[in-house]
Amino acid sequence: MTMARATTSRRSFLGYSYSLVGVVAALVILAWMLVAILAPYIIPHSIGDIVDDDYFGPMRQGLWLGSDYLGRDMLSRVLMGARYTVGISLAAVFIACFSGVVLGMTAAVTGGWLDTCLSRFLDAMNSIPSKLFGLVVVAAVGSSIPALILTLAVIYTPGAYRFARALAVNINTMDFMTVARVRGENTAYLIGSEILPNIIRPVLADFGLRFVFIVLLLSGLSFLGLGLQPPLADWGALVRENIGGLPFAAPAVIIPSLAIASLTISVNLLIDNLPQKIRDRDA
Amino acid sequence: MKSGVLNLVMKRLAVAVVTLLIVLFAVFFATSMLPGDTASILLGQAATPEAVAGLREAMHLNDPAILRFVLWLVGLLHGDLGTSYANQMPVAALIGGRLVNTMKLAAITTLLSVPLALTLGITAAMLRGSVYDRTVTVFSIGVISVPEFMVATLAVLLFAVYLKWLPALSSVNEAHSLTDLVRIYAMPVITLTFVISAQMIRMTRAAVIETLSTPYVEMALLKGASRSRMVLRHALPNALGPIVNAVALSLSYLVGGVIIVETIFNYPGIAKLMVDAVATRDLPLIQSCAMIFCLGYLFLITAADIVAIMSNPRLR
Repeated sequence: MTMARATTSRRSFLGYSYSLVGVVAALVILAWMLVAILAPYIIPHSIGDIVDDDYFGPMRQGLWLGSDYLGRDMLSRVLMGARYTVGISLAAVFIACFSGVVLGMTAAVTGGWLDTCLSRFLDAMNSIPSKLFGLVVVAAVGSSIPALILTLAVIYTPGAYRFARALAVNINTMDFMTVARVRGENTAYLIGSEILPNIIRPVLADFGLRFVFIVLLLSGLSFLGLGLQPPLADWGALVRENIGGLPFAAPAVIIPSLAIASLTISVNLLIDNLPQKIRDRDA
Repeated sequence: MKSGVLNLVMKRLAVAVVTLLIVLFAVFFATSMLPGDTASILLGQAATPEAVAGLREAMHLNDPAILRFVLWLVGLLHGDLGTSYANQMPVAALIGGRLVNTMKLAAITTLLSVPLALTLGITAAMLRGSVYDRTVTVFSIGVISVPEFMVATLAVLLFAVYLKWLPALSSVNEAHSLTDLVRIYAMPVITLTFVISAQMIRMTRAAVIETLSTPYVEMALLKGASRSRMVLRHALPNALGPIVNAVALSLSYLVGGVIIVETIFNYPGIAKLMVDAVATRDLPLIQSCAMIFCLGYLFLITAADIVAIMSNPRLR
């Protein structure tokens, strides 16, 4: 919320020039999405093949991003890594935002003890630091892909709930809500047809921010060796397995970091440069 | 009117206690959901069923979970953190020195990042729209948008690989002189300071800008106060509450940052201990570490909220 405030205040003097940044950011995101879908068809080498005699090889023709700690092609591994980083994060953010927003709207419309219990409980969940939560849950349920998706979704549901509930509570006091209630509409209709259309735009912006948080947490977990397990490797895991190349400034350790940064910074920039009407919470 | 504030603060503290209980409960159950039987994991594959059953009995694993939770809680209140599965040492002994190391790291980072971030945040807000402000903003957004390990690897690349000023790894035991000590703490502290400051700069800047847009600051401008007087005399005293709030909230990011930083720099703190415990699935150790982190985090966010309540003149 601090973020939203800071960006709104920035807007007034940045004017038009920055929408170009938004377009570039959108293109970067689109490119990574395409890579995630098409990765198996566009990688030049199989990700397991050892193609270089040397390890931590430099960038050169044929091995455009150098080779990793075993002499495997880094370009192929980064492209395939996009699949896991983007795929797992997207799945998790869909589940988190869907359940958070539905619960938030329901709590706002129903009120009473359901609202109180849900809010108390989810606020408590929110006061567990996300990385710590991730560590504990991964220790408990392991790091298979479905387990990771669910863990990430559970960690970020309370935030989505809080955001959606705060928006929905405002809408709930409107006259048209009273009218709908007097008409005798049920809760499902109220949240689906009266509340949702009025909060959908800020909720979508929140979706983007939450996606960034999830990418960062997933990368962090994988970097600690507690996320995706070998032979699968997302970007965080790629940094981890090639960390030995850091003293030689090998591309193998820098490129995956840059990939993460390009994705997360693009999403942040896109949200910051969305037209005011879409971004503002009270639009 | 004073009792109103007291009431709110007490209410906030009560919420913190309830939250702590829920968190403890969550931590306990997340760790007891572990697939596979703890006793058979401990004894290895060659264990006889009788031995496993005996150990289960001895570890009270057959008792209902809720009873074990209460027993664990009672143990905590007596200062008994349990015994590590991995090496049979009392958890309290394992944690002790490590906790001190982590606290040292956190304290040095706080001492460095708070003045730095406040200066940058307030000056950026004062010079809002200038190149300076834009640079600070872009930089802090950049640091927030990338994972902590990337900040750490870039710091290593810059200071250890290219400039060769500092060693990449830290080892607290090898410190013989002050220069050694500085060199050891430098990399972890630099990384953490970057991560924490970025958050703090953003929040401080937002808080000051919000105050600058209030009518009384506009009044100060209209009566001809200079820009610095307007900010320092009129805006800043009122922004103090939000700023302290921002500081406490940003410091809670230490909890996440320290986990990555201790791992990457091999710093012998409690976060490294916990990551290792997760790898070996050492439940009592994970539970205790998680609890300590949650306590610290809860303390900081509760402090932030209480400062916000106390600094609201409408409630005084």
